[in-house]
Amino acid sequence: MNVMINSLPFLWQGLLVTLQVSAIVVVAAFVLGISLGVGLSFGPRWVAWPIRIYSDLIRGLPLLVLIFSVYYMLPLTGVNVTSFWAAIFALAAFQSAHVAEVTRGAVQSIPPGQHEAGKAIGLTFGQRMIYVVFPQALRRFLPPWINTVVSTVQGSALVSLVGIVDLMLAIQQVIGRTFKPMPMYILGALIYFAINYALSLISRTLEARFAYVRE
Amino acid sequence: MQYHLNYNFVWKYADRLAWGLVLSLELAVISIAIGCVIGLTLAVLSQGARRPVRFVIGMYVEFVRNVPLLLLVYLVFYGIPSIGGFAYDATTSFVITLSIYAGAYLVEVFRAGLEAIPKGLIDAGRAIGLTPVQRVLYVQLPTMFRIVLPSLSNAFISLFKDTSLATVLAVPELMFGANWIYTNTFRIVEVWTVVAPIYLVTGFVLLGGLRLLERRFAIGRR
Repeated sequence: MNVMINSLPFLWQGLLVTLQVSAIVVVAAFVLGISLGVGLSFGPRWVAWPIRIYSDLIRGLPLLVLIFSVYYMLPLTGVNVTSFWAAIFALAAFQSAHVAEVTRGAVQSIPPGQHEAGKAIGLTFGQRMIYVVFPQALRRFLPPWINTVVSTVQGSALVSLVGIVDLMLAIQQVIGRTFKPMPMYILGALIYFAINYALSLISRTLEARFAYVRE
Repeated sequence: MQYHLNYNFVWKYADRLAWGLVLSLELAVISIAIGCVIGLTLAVLSQGARRPVRFVIGMYVEFVRNVPLLLLVYLVFYGIPSIGGFAYDATTSFVITLSIYAGAYLVEVFRAGLEAIPKGLIDAGRAIGLTPVQRVLYVQLPTMFRIVLPSLSNAFISLFKDTSLATVLAVPELMFGANWIYTNTFRIVEVWTVVAPIYLVTGFVLLGGLRLLERRFAIGRR
């Protein structure tokens, strides 16, 4: 019990890194994923196909393989970044593919009549997206998107394997000093659980909130 | 900097990758089998169970689903033996972890599957005089199996990818073989450009096979 309390300040530093990694990845994957998802759904074939291939390749790989590949191979291409950014790059690439699929699902649930109506009153593609499609697709987008946020927080634990001192590695380091694995792992699990369960609850609440809409 | 690709190093140790892939698949198969038993048992139990039972099952599901798998892997391998006063080897520990993990996801899958069984089928079973146990065995389970098959195959593919985490316990699966070759030859590009396609192709082949199976068992076809 003492171990758990004494290690809290150190774990706090790790938690901040975990949250930082997650936040950067969530924002990057959000922007990139929505763009890819729209390209996948409405782009001409030469846009949609490369995105389809990108998404299937990335989602077909274990996240760990992706992180290690980027971490070891990025420097060989002449790009020298810290392990922090290499890991973020890999996570963002992985999550953006998932967000793209979520976006595709949400956007394609909008009946074609809506697009036609938008065209008929002279809206440009961008206007149709922003004023017609996105507001209606939002309820189909939010709950699964929050699930990708949960999986981002979980996936961020893997960055500890390339030496970034996030919550996971902070826990490992405390155990390395105190030789008390069980209390530390339980504490770590509770911290991750608190973050992710809160997010899951939001996702579930939104799902229930949007359930009134009937097709 | 010039980098000369040389795949000889990878072919030289190709057996490590081959056996690694076999072990990865074994881990995934065993875990989903045990996970199915856990998931199915808990899903059937939580059907019409009392609140405390449902609460415990719900806790298990929520806990496992909201904690990173890596942490669970460490917890089972380093944490539990430290208080239990016993030890198991890394492979056993990883199989236990992955089974518990799979079980938590499959409870939800099976529960949804059980709920999706048309009421009329169960009533029909009752009408021809099947006992409750017989109704579960001959009516609910076969129907549910067909409903959940797509979710099961997705879970299997994703478990196959999750076996890569076993490398942190030095279980000699595919990822560990890749890291071994890398640390011994430093041919990093060659290793990853071989291992990534192995994961991809295996995943797609599995997916293709399972989709065929799904079509074979799809509801409404005789």
